[in-house]
Amino acid sequence: MSLRSPLAVVLGRGAAGEGAAHWWAQRASALALVPLTLWFVVALARLPLDDYVAVTLWMSNGANPLWLALLVVVLCFHSRLGVQVVIEDYVHGAGLKIMALLLNSAAHLLLATAGLYALLRVALRGLS
Amino acid sequence: MVLSILHRMTGLFLALGLCALVYWLLSAAAGESAYGQAAWLLRGGLFRALLYAWLASFCYHFLNGLRHLAWDAGFGLERAHARRSGRLVVVLALVAFLIAAWVLFFPRAGAP
Repeated sequence: MSLRSPLAVVLGRGAAGEGAAHWWAQRASALALVPLTLWFVVALARLPLDDYVAVTLWMSNGANPLWLALLVVVLCFHSRLGVQVVIEDYVHGAGLKIMALLLNSAAHLLLATAGLYALLRVALRGLS
Repeated sequence: MVLSILHRMTGLFLALGLCALVYWLLSAAAGESAYGQAAWLLRGGLFRALLYAWLASFCYHFLNGLRHLAWDAGFGLERAHARRSGRLVVVLALVAFLIAAWVLFFPRAGAP
């Protein structure tokens, strides 16, 4: 038996059952992506993108792997939350909606993991 | 509003762009020939068009996202303000896209 009043339960959770956490996560990740994406676009503009050696050197140089890993993770996080909202608004029917939400989470998790794996491999190759 | 649905549409489209970003990273991890293949593919007609579209979407989504963050912080919510900032975002996104496209795609021949 819960000691929380029905009103407190309602005020604390909201229609999605998770209160304002999703809203905050979306804004916080957006804020983090402002410097990260700007840094990435400027870096891309300065890189000779056809040059494999130059690109992989840049990917493993100094703090770049760290920023790139952060970029991939926060991008996937922000993207997952955004696509989730679109699914919740436009996909109808409980079964289909849950399937789409699961697929969305799985796809973004896969993208984040694959991106981190690639970055790790590039960064560690310099050491071996 | 048109700009609000455009924010969602560009966001969804950029989610697809994530796949291209991860593909680019994976190709770099796989080695020189795989990277060359990816660079060749991304330079090709279809992907080149997609890269332009992703860049344009990013410019708009980024700037309109700043507008949304300002709204969430309580700024610029009056109707006249919102209209003006909306027009400003569209103009700035167009300018940013043209500059970024020029810098990213034109000075180096063959860059993806």
